[in-house]
Amino acid sequence: MKNFLAAILCAPVLAFASGATLHLDRAPDKANDMAALQNGAKIFVNYCLNCHSASYMRYNRLKDIGLSDTQVKDNLLFTAEKVGEPMKIAMQRADAKVWFGAAPPDLTVIARARASEFGSGADWLYTYLRTFYRDESRPTGWNNVAFENVGMPHVLWELQGDQVMGADHKLTLVKPGKLKPQEFDAVVGDLVAYLKYMGEPVAEFRKQLGVIVLIFLAVFFVFAYALKREYWKDIH
Amino acid sequence: MSKVNALLQGTLNWVDERFPLTSNWKAHLAEYYAPKNFNFWYFFGSLAMLVLVIQIVTGILLTMHFKPDASLNASGVPVAFASVEYIMRDVPWGWLIRYMHSTGASAFFLVVYLHMFRGMLYGSYRKPRELIWIFGMIIFLCLMAEAFFGYLLPWGQMSFWGAQVIVNLFSAIPLIGPDLSLWLRGDYVVGDATLNRFFAFHVIAVPMVLLGLVAAHIIALHEVGSNNPDGVEIKKKKDAKGIPLDGIPFHPYYSVKDIVGVVVFLMVFSVIVFFMPEFGGYFLEYNNFFPADPLVTPPHIAPVWYFTPYYSILRAVTYPLFGIDAKFWGVVAMGASTLIIALLPWLDRSPVKSIRYRGPLYKGFLTAFIISFFILGYLGMLGPTPMRTIVAQICSVIYFAFFLLMPIYSSLDKCQPEPDRVTSK
Repeated sequence: MKNFLAAILCAPVLAFASGATLHLDRAPDKANDMAALQNGAKIFVNYCLNCHSASYMRYNRLKDIGLSDTQVKDNLLFTAEKVGEPMKIAMQRADAKVWFGAAPPDLTVIARARASEFGSGADWLYTYLRTFYRDESRPTGWNNVAFENVGMPHVLWELQGDQVMGADHKLTLVKPGKLKPQEFDAVVGDLVAYLKYMGEPVAEFRKQLGVIVLIFLAVFFVFAYALKREYWKDIH
Repeated sequence: MSKVNALLQGTLNWVDERFPLTSNWKAHLAEYYAPKNFNFWYFFGSLAMLVLVIQIVTGILLTMHFKPDASLNASGVPVAFASVEYIMRDVPWGWLIRYMHSTGASAFFLVVYLHMFRGMLYGSYRKPRELIWIFGMIIFLCLMAEAFFGYLLPWGQMSFWGAQVIVNLFSAIPLIGPDLSLWLRGDYVVGDATLNRFFAFHVIAVPMVLLGLVAAHIIALHEVGSNNPDGVEIKKKKDAKGIPLDGIPFHPYYSVKDIVGVVVFLMVFSVIVFFMPEFGGYFLEYNNFFPADPLVTPPHIAPVWYFTPYYSILRAVTYPLFGIDAKFWGVVAMGASTLIIALLPWLDRSPVKSIRYRGPLYKGFLTAFIISFFILGYLGMLGPTPMRTIVAQICSVIYFAFFLLMPIYSSLDKCQPEPDRVTSK
């Protein structure tokens, strides 16, 4: 009986204890850093936009992050003819499925989709892109801490170098890449900031507009309340 | 000026001889006498109407650009999913319209839940307002159907698998179940046929029923008059002209007061729309930013927050009965948990209406009910574990006990005497 009562009393606590956890590194906030976003766009177009599309994102939308149509045309327009076109890719999905086991997903809103109770979508991407490690048991030779048995090889390998997983589940860099670890983290931070921007290009404008809307409503409230007071002064 | 007035008066007379405009204006606004002691709980009825209008207007604008099409486009994305992102990016102000609609769905349930709770606090469902309550309950059921149909449309992972889980529930019904769920889906899996029929239900069928029910709800209310926080009938004390002593005309008194409520509501609404449209994954679930994929089952399928209490009750039933699967009895319990609320007018035997004059028994049961409702809602968002199932079972028992034991405890309760007239706040 005592055990039963104890079980009832502890039930809520135990019921709300959560299960598995995934530790995510926090992505740096570069939402208003135009240089970082532009660098992120460059890395995205060079490293990601060969296998992954961003089919809801038009090239000329990059004016949000300070890039003119001419700049886009001269530096980033590899997969389309005109700046008004979306970021599509030439690779056929059926081929991709044969080559990688699964067609690489469209990345336009990936930063929104990857959010979870463990962290924002940007945190997940920031962790994922930095935690590839050598695993000869995988067809690509790569595995990942945030995304176990991932189909994608380590595309930024030449920048980061080779990591291996030790017996303590910690990653160590065994072969340095072109960039120092801090430089690589900064580059991934830029890329993730761009992916976050691309997930919702209107996000910054939305917040600015929200401030104006709330100020308007606050003023409206003063008048609405004064009107109510005036009408109700005779009601007791 | 007098010529203009004469012209206007003439026009009004012309209309009144053909349509009861002035008499309706008086009956429902200028000479509809509402109790003068409404508190903030009485904002939520008019706010529910405001949200209904927001949903209809934003919904019409969304249908102009949304495509209920589950086929894949050249980039391998379902057309429906891509059309939502098209609205978010390429349609001028489309993002605002879409966020207003998605936030409006949750806001609708929030204000309706508060509106229903107000009815429970002050006994607004008691005689002679049983029909208002019944109409309201049918509105609530339609609202759930509307939300369920609408949630499939963005064609994300949660849209798809949520619909799959709910439609599959019908297959638990003995004999007709499997055929029934096939008929509902129009296919063996949730697919293009399902998306198109859910679209039809979401934009035409259910909204039409909803509008008719809202009209019936208000007509019935204006026939018997509003209840108030004291739960006493203002029509019992009238002046020489037959106007309730504690009544004030809805317009202008409550129309100007409701504007204040509307502004406060819009401030909260705007904070969500402009600063946290996903609301931490509760209003827009993160997994729904992945397009629907019939081949990838998400590890955890959770309904949106407003369905989770009933979903918890569904999962809490784990015993088969009379040789029928536990799943079927779970569906029965879930259905009963929503329908039983409609029986409140006949379950409540208290001599008083308002919580202000009720005794400790009712207050205790109501508190336990609200707490278990919240716990069930919370558990419904999480995956099941043996311990969580036990907690959900205990809360489900409390949920039903609140209703089923009400005839007993409400008549046994030690109530205070009601006042003759409404009290000022």
